[in-house]
Formats: sequence, structure tokens, C-alpha cells
Amino acid sequence: MIPSSFTYKRASSAEEACDLAAEYGEDAKYLAGGHSLLPLMKLRLAAPEVIIDLGGLRDLSYLTDQGSHIAIGALTRHHDVEHSDLLARELPLLAHAAGQVGDPQIRHRGTIGGSVAHADPASDLPAVLLALDATLVARGTDGAREIPVGEFFQGLFETVLEPGELLTEIRVPKPAAAGWSFQKFTQRAIDWAIVGVAVQGNQVALVNMGGTPLRAAAVEAALADGASPADAAAHAAEGTSAASDIRATREYREHLARVLVSRALTESASRA
Amino acid sequence: MKVDLTVNGKEITADVEDRMLLVHFLRDVADLTATNVGCDTTSCGACTVLLDGESVKSCTVLAAQASGHEVTTVEGLASDGTMHPVQQAFHEQHGLQCGFCTPGMVMAIVSLLKENPHPNEEQVRTGLEGNLCRCTGYHNIVRAALAASEVSS
Amino acid sequence: MSIMGTRVIRTEDPRLLTAGGVYVDDVRTPELNAAARLTFVRSPVAHARITGIDASEALSEPGVVAVLTVADMDDLAPPPPSSGEWDGSPAPLGGPWAEPLLAIDTVRFVGEPVAVVITDNRYQGEDAADLVAVDYEPLPVVLGPAAAVADEILLFPAAGTNVAIANPVPTDDAPFDACDVVVEQDIVNQRVACLPMEGRATAASLENGKLTVWASSQNAQVSRFILAGALGMAPDQIRVVVPDVGGGFGAKIGVDRDTITIAWAARKLGRALRWAETRSENLVAMTQGRAQLQHIKIGGSRDGRILAYRIDVIQDAGAYQRIGGLLPFLTCLMAPGVYDIPDVQAGFRQAVTNTTPIGAYRGAGRPEATAAIERALDLFAAEIGMDPAEVRRRNFIAPDKFPFQTKTGAMYDTGRYAEALDKALAVAGYDQLREEQRRRRASGDPRQLGIGVSSYVEITAPDPDAGETAKIEVTDNGSATVYTGSSAHGQGHHTAWAMLVQDELGIPMDQITVIHGDTDLIPAGVGTYGSRSLQLGGSAVHKAALEVKDEARHHAATMLEAAEADVVLDTSTGLWQVRGDPDTALSWAQVAGHSSGGSLIADVSFVQERPTFPFGTHVSVVEVDTETGQVKMLRHVTVDDAGTVLNPVLTEGQRHGGIAQGAAQALLEEVLYDADGNPLTSTLADYAAVSAPDLPSFELADSQTPTDLNPLGVKGIGEAGTIGSTPAIQNAVVDAVSHLGVRHIDMPATPQRVWTAITEARKASNQ
Repeated sequence: MIPSSFTYKRASSAEEACDLAAEYGEDAKYLAGGHSLLPLMKLRLAAPEVIIDLGGLRDLSYLTDQGSHIAIGALTRHHDVEHSDLLARELPLLAHAAGQVGDPQIRHRGTIGGSVAHADPASDLPAVLLALDATLVARGTDGAREIPVGEFFQGLFETVLEPGELLTEIRVPKPAAAGWSFQKFTQRAIDWAIVGVAVQGNQVALVNMGGTPLRAAAVEAALADGASPADAAAHAAEGTSAASDIRATREYREHLARVLVSRALTESASRA
Repeated sequence: MKVDLTVNGKEITADVEDRMLLVHFLRDVADLTATNVGCDTTSCGACTVLLDGESVKSCTVLAAQASGHEVTTVEGLASDGTMHPVQQAFHEQHGLQCGFCTPGMVMAIVSLLKENPHPNEEQVRTGLEGNLCRCTGYHNIVRAALAASEVSS
Repeated sequence: MSIMGTRVIRTEDPRLLTAGGVYVDDVRTPELNAAARLTFVRSPVAHARITGIDASEALSEPGVVAVLTVADMDDLAPPPPSSGEWDGSPAPLGGPWAEPLLAIDTVRFVGEPVAVVITDNRYQGEDAADLVAVDYEPLPVVLGPAAAVADEILLFPAAGTNVAIANPVPTDDAPFDACDVVVEQDIVNQRVACLPMEGRATAASLENGKLTVWASSQNAQVSRFILAGALGMAPDQIRVVVPDVGGGFGAKIGVDRDTITIAWAARKLGRALRWAETRSENLVAMTQGRAQLQHIKIGGSRDGRILAYRIDVIQDAGAYQRIGGLLPFLTCLMAPGVYDIPDVQAGFRQAVTNTTPIGAYRGAGRPEATAAIERALDLFAAEIGMDPAEVRRRNFIAPDKFPFQTKTGAMYDTGRYAEALDKALAVAGYDQLREEQRRRRASGDPRQLGIGVSSYVEITAPDPDAGETAKIEVTDNGSATVYTGSSAHGQGHHTAWAMLVQDELGIPMDQITVIHGDTDLIPAGVGTYGSRSLQLGGSAVHKAALEVKDEARHHAATMLEAAEADVVLDTSTGLWQVRGDPDTALSWAQVAGHSSGGSLIADVSFVQERPTFPFGTHVSVVEVDTETGQVKMLRHVTVDDAGTVLNPVLTEGQRHGGIAQGAAQALLEEVLYDADGNPLTSTLADYAAVSAPDLPSFELADSQTPTDLNPLGVKGIGEAGTIGSTPAIQNAVVDAVSHLGVRHIDMPATPQRVWTAITEARKASNQ
């Protein structure tokens, strides 16, 4: 219920945050909205000795139209992503998915950068960004770099971010195809997805079908070959490694993936 | 470390452990015990308060994070002995039984109605996905939220 | 006009809404100012020998006052010798089954307490508890009632078996052999968590030889006796205070083992202590509900008459049996439900497993009985191809047969079962629903409609001779105080009891205070469980009001120099007067002031001859997505008849809450363990507690069939909703996919389970 003791540091700028991270090394963790990290710490599954609070970095919360892409500050809260007029117009898939994360209280605190850096394959936004071919911008003490989302996720809770590297921005290209759909299958509204599907045009990504979010490559290939949504969806489980847990067996997840991809492609086509 | 919060309009400064959760700050330091702890996985919403006017689960916010910000608890809702429309609606619609989830439920609805002044039933139910109640079956809580939305406009 | 039967919103609310309830962890009182915090060290393994406990690292932590284990409990008398046989009472089994307060040399479930750590504050407690090093030598694990009865691994070798109680089911097949149609089915009534929103919490302080214990309990007086017995103290050396309680549902009856340990520790250390469990702790260490394996056999004729029913129950008791065999006993007692079945055979075995102990949970044995018979009815109906509502109609106990003695030994007081069914079906629009179902089946719609019916009867105030107490005091300022032995934890007794007093005495509700839960103020009482409070506690209040009225009439007659027979009370004004002479009016204040001591007091207890039997019908309408197995509740219609309704607001609230918990069992909730006995649902992130978007708004129809067993004509409503709803929803889910060949789906009907049933039925029909 209570995290083990730590030292709290509040950063007043991204630069200061990186400097603090460099100073404390592996003993330190960044705290954005805190709704991925604090729950782990309260169960004592994580026990960093230093917490660097990024909550004061208001200049990392923004949603701006950069012409060919939308730039989203890493500390933009799910609530703001969900209710953005800009995103409703340009990236309705992302706006809609952000509104499915957790519950309203969680969305008032959780951030898109925090969620992405945490890299839980059961979470919604990583798969959505994968479907949207986003680019992630990170900064460390020796400068910034751009990471294509397809290279970002390495495994369960694992990304290519180096210790101390701070996500600052997510760049999402404006989609060429207008159709989109987000199918999140849960038992209860507040649950993590048992399986989820994000579709933008003919780009299909899967939630919780492996240790990372996955592009449904076999589905996309079938669509490129002219398959109908139903026929393409039959390939949904190929290349996945879904887990079996108390909510669902692997076999059931694979079945759901096929059903949900079919529904997502159909819904996306109706919006195109 | 020293934290400085404004709670229900009153400034409170205290020296607390860095790891102190906002909900414990409210209950044990500010002596406002209406906000309850119902779980340890950010699931139940009993600890819901307003942080700068928006609903948050105070068990998953550090007092340190809230330092410099404004917190509103259910004790700060009524003014001059008159209940807030959401509190009044809970009373009229029998939206509470044991009362343990109620402060969090009320604050969640205050926030929900601020953002969506005229929700339909489905929106109210989904809006309360993060607030568990074991006594009422939610039926009258939903009626209270809808009744309050008629008044607040 | 009488206030009885009218809608009155609650007097409890303003305080709860504006200042918040005061639950045990909120209590701020001088005796607890310097209280230390207690944290339990609990076993992380399901079955093991303890080979060592090393508290040295914990003891060197800041703020640690003490670490205590069973070795420190040398000031407690050993439990009295016992054969371990069940004596029929809802009390812990002793002898070889005995449960220690802190583990002695063996732990038998994840969550069993092994030590307590006392610290200055709560945060230190969690740190220090992590540092208490306990060495465990794992033992093989027994999980599930089937494995338990096999007796291959014994939890209590001294007992020689895991089966603690056996009332074997008769196995006379002759009645079934005489039937045209016989159906059998294995049914799981799964383990669920009670999950009150407030977990367990206790504070204890010993001052001047008196031990005060604040407990989140459903009965202060019973708690005091339990503590007195366990601690070897006289009851008057103990005061139990029950403040606001955040839900109980049967899991907070009396005080549980951990509270006894805390009271003991406070006495041992001479230091006030406080404890409030975390949710993770609650989900492994609070008693859980249900957990039965059932085998049913039902037989009858093709015209729909049921002739024989057998239920064989294996009750999973968990590791320790805290309420004897009460649950399966009640299941067997209520086995035949609302049906007039000529031959009923019911029996049970209760066995221990390496899991959390099972206890009472809203319905306590009766939901299990109803779920079984209602599933059996539907299986029988499907077998003979008859509408399930019609089969029920053909087998109800007829209205002219009450009081009705069942084959299992229950005496039902009043009931109109067919009327309840007809009303529920009418409100639901049953025929139109069946038409919509036909349409969707014909069109092959992936979203199928299911309609489920459940007709139920249940037993309330199962201990009517224990009765309930009430004291009313009217003082010379005209106000009244009611001291009740009932113990509300959300039910609204304060409002209801004030209504009763206003109705009898004409004292307005805002002049009436109701008090419960403090043994210094109310030394005798029984408490709230088994839906007993209105019929017993309310009748006691009513009885006390009549006695106060009689005493007042006597004083008024003296003051008015009239005969008692000529003195009347106008309950609309609260004024005493000589009949027909309003100028002689006296107020309650004046009359009370006339008595020596300045107040009128009546102190009574009310006992009832027999239990009462509320009944009803629930109709559930669900939609099943046959491609995913997802179930959505569309509508839920109920008739819940618990006799006369005193306050519809309160009754509806109880029905709503009951329906939700019943729906939760049917569709969502289940306590799960892995093969090593590790809990898999020990947080609310994993345990699928029912939430607002899972449920529709409910449609409640009114029905009032009074009982003649108490002056108010009331039965108990608290558990009826839970008992009636679960089978209706389970039946609806099966009904939605029965045309695909599915005949049974166990609870909870999760999407995975439903999809698996559809898939297997499709495979079977393709062969």
C-alpha cells in the first residue's frame, strides 16, 4: 500500500530533469502522471531511491499542428489528448483511444509519454502509435534523438530508452487514409484490454497479443493483396505470442484478434 | 520534506515523508477523514478528490506532487450549511447506504458534470467506471448524478 | 396519515455526505491519541511448516515497538478440549480443526497471520513487516473440494481426513426410476470475495482495567462476548464500540481472529493500537463466500411435473471452519425452493482446503440452493421442451398450502409464488421478448437475446428465538432516544426506527435519535445479519414504543385526573388529551417530566416464533455476442416480496444492492488460485468487482404479502435480491445460446467461458 522510502526531486525544466537523472543514475526514476509508476511502487514491485517529478514541466504538454504531422508533448495528459479539437479532426483514432485509458481520474493524471515509456503491451496508446507510424523524440544529457515507433518497444516493459533519457515529444504523421477504428475488448469498462485492435486505413496494430504492441503484418499483407476485411482478418493471430492468464487463454485471444480485426477493418472502411 | 497545499481553500504547510500519499496527507495531516482508502491498486475511487478542480485518485498522487496546488474534498463542497447540488441529489435519490464510497463518488460526479453538464445514463455509468460501490448497485447513484445535472445548469 | 409505507429519505445522509462517516480508522478520541500501529505478517505460501521466525532486522528499524508471535500468547488460556464434531451452531470447529490466532507451526492458507509488528506509524509498519524473516518448508497443497474429499493430502493429520462434517445425501434412486425424464448436472457455485468497501479495521485501548475495542462489526454485543471468551475477561471489563461501518455483507459478523489478536496485543503491551487492513490483505484474509461443488438430479414427467430432486453438496470450507457447517446446512434446508416436490434428497460434506476460510456472504447458503434448483428447473424444462416459466408455474407450492412444511424441514409462512412470477413476466414483457429472441435466431444475428427466470424463496431471521432488543427513552424536553441492538452498516435503520417511533408516539422524526453499536450504552443485543433487523429489531422498537405509550398514558391519566381508558394520544400532533377535550392537551415533554427521573423508559426484547420466508421472481434479459462470448445485461426485472414495506426507499436500495452482487457472481467475480495455492485475484486490478457500466438500471415491481409472525407483517429484504438475481442471469446466458446446443455454463459466465461453451456445442453438433 505504501511505497518504500525515496527522495523526491522536482525538476523545473527538461534539462534539469536529465541532469538529475545523470546524477542519480540507476537509483532514479522519472515520475510523469505517476499512474504507471506509483501503483508499482505501492505494491513494492518497484523501489527507486530517487523520484524525479516531471509534473512541473508544463512546456512539455502541448498539441500542435506542424503541417505534415501533429506534435504532442510527452507530458500531455490522456484527458487533453481525448478532448483535443485538433486531434478530433486530424487523429480521431488517437483521441478516441486516449479516452479509453483507465478511468476519468486516471486520465486527469496519466500522460501519453509516461504510458509509452512504461511500455505495457496491454496498454492502448503504444499500439495506436504503432498503427500511426509515430516518431518518438527523446533527450539525454548528450542531446536529442528521434526513434521510429517500430524500433521503440523491445519487450515487456522494455524500450530502447537509455537510463536517464527523457521522452519529450511524440510526432504523429497526419494519416493518408481517413478510416479508423479502435476495438478494445474488455470484460469491464475499466479493465486493461484482453485484446485490442487499432486501425488507421490499412495499418493494423494489436494490443496485448505479445510482449510488445505488434503490427498485424500478415493482415496488412493480405489487404495489400486485395483481400476483403473478413479474409484479411483471418491472419490476425499470425506472428503473435499472446499470453494465457486469468482473463483469457492464448487460443481465445487469437480468436478475439481475428474477430476484432474484422470488425475494426469494417468500421474503418465505413469511416473512410 | 516541506509541502504546501491549499485544501478546501485553506493553506496547509507541513513537513512530511517524501513518500506520503496525498490521501494520507488529507486524512492524517489535514485531519479531513471523509476521503477514504478502499484499495491499493488505484481501482476503487474511494479516495477521489479534486486537484485543481479535476477528479484524481488521491492514493496515487504524492503529497509532494500536490504541493503548490489546490485540493478540494467533499468536506469543502457545501457552503454555509447548504449542500452542493450533487450532495443534495444523493440525499434525495438515496444514492448512499454505508457511505464509504460516497465522498469519492460525489467528487467524481462533481468533476464529471463540470466536464459534461448533461450526460446521459450511459455516459454517467462509464464516467463512474473508476468508482466502486458495494451497497447500492449503482442504480440510485446514477439517478443522483442525472438529477444533479438537471439542477446545476 | 401514517408515515408507514411512505417514501422517507434518510436521516443518516446529511452527516455522511458533508462530514463523511466516521469509520474505525477515522475515530479520533483521547484514548487513541498515542496509539501505535499494528501490521500483520502473513504467510505468502498456502501450506507449509514454519521452521523459524527472525524478527531481529525488523526490530532494529526506526519506530518499531515490538514484534509478537504465538509464542508471546502465554497469557491466553488454551482452547477448551473439543472433539471437533459440529454441534449445529455457527461457531468455529475446535479439536483437530482449531484455528490459532497466530500460526503455531503450520500455515494453511496464503494470508494466514504469523506475526504482528507494532510501530509508531503506519508507514513504518509496512516497512518493518517486510523485514520479519519467516522460514517456510512448503507442504503439498490441497485445492478445491474434489481434491479435499479425496483425502490424499491432509491439512490436519490429527483429524485423519479433510472432511470435517458429513450429512451424506440419501441415494435412493427409486423416485427417479419412476420418472419419465431425469436430468443430472454438475454445478459450480464459485468462490467470491465479500468486498465491503471498508475492509476490516480495529482499534483497542486498555485503560484502568477496561479494554475498549473499536471494531468494524455487524454486532457489538456478540463481539464483546467473543472477545471476553477469547481473552479470559469478564464482559463488563470490555467495551465494544461499533462506529460507522462501510459494508459488512456477513463477513463482519462478530469480530474475527485478527481483531482478537489486536485486542490481545493492546492488553499485552499496555499500549493502544490501531489497524486497518489493506485491500490486498482483505482479499486474502477476510472470509470469502460460496465455494460449493454441487451435483443435482431432477426427475419428473413430460407434462412438466417435477417428482424428485436430489442435491449433493461439497462445501469448500477453506483452511479453517469458523461458522461450522451453517452454509451447506442452509443450502440443504432450502434445496427445494418454491416447488412442491414429492421427493427431495439433500446432503452435504464439508472439507478443508489450503485457501481463505469461507464464511457468510449475503445470502449465506441460500443463493447456492436457489442457483442449483433454478438451474435444475431450466435443465428439466429444456429436456421436455417446455417454456421454463410454465414449468415453474406447474410446480409452485399453491397459495392455499401455507404455512407449508417442506420435505427438508423448513416451515414457509406465507407465499404467492405464481403471482410473483406472473407479475415479473408482465413487467418484463415476456412474450415480446420471446418474439424478439425468435426473430434474432431466425436471422442468425450474432447478437442473441437470452431471457432467464428465477423464482426463489429464502429464509430470514433464521435465529428468531435469539430476538432483538430495543430501549426507548422519552425525556422531559419531548425528544426520544432509541437504543437498538440492531447494527446498521448501510441499511438505514436510524430512519426506519425513527419512522416506527413517530408512527406510534407522534414524536416527529427530527426529535428522535437512534443509537446503536456501543456496549456501554446497549449491553444486550444480537445484531444485523440474516436479514433479521426489521422483523426483529423493528418489532422490538415497536414493542418498546407501545410500552412507553402505556406508561405515558398512565402518567397522563394522573395528570389529567381521568381514567386511562379516556386518555388518547393524537399521533399527528404528539399530544395527550382526554378523549373529545382538546383543551386538556399535554405534550410528551410534560408527560415525561411527570415521571420520577424525568423520563419514560421502556426496555424490551422481541423474539419471534419462527423464521420468515420472503420470495419473488427475477427476470433477466441479456445479449450475448456469439462471436466473442461477451455478455451484456440489458434489463433486470424483479418482484421481491418481503411482506409489508415500511419505507420503499430503503427496500429498493437493498434490492438494488442485492441484484448487483448477484449479477457480479453470475457474470464477473471469482476468487482464483494457481496450482500452488497462490491467490491470483488478490487485488482489485485482478478481482473483477462489478462496476457501474456493467449493470443496467433495474426494474422493481411491488408485491407485499405480509407475514403473521410479527406485528409489522415484515420479512427480511436484505439478501433476497442477491438470491433471486444470480440464477436468473445465469439462466439467461444459457438461454441465449441454447439454440446452438449449449445446455449449461458455469459461473461466472465470462466471455471466455461463454465462447468455449458455444465452440464446444458447435463441435458436438457437427459430429
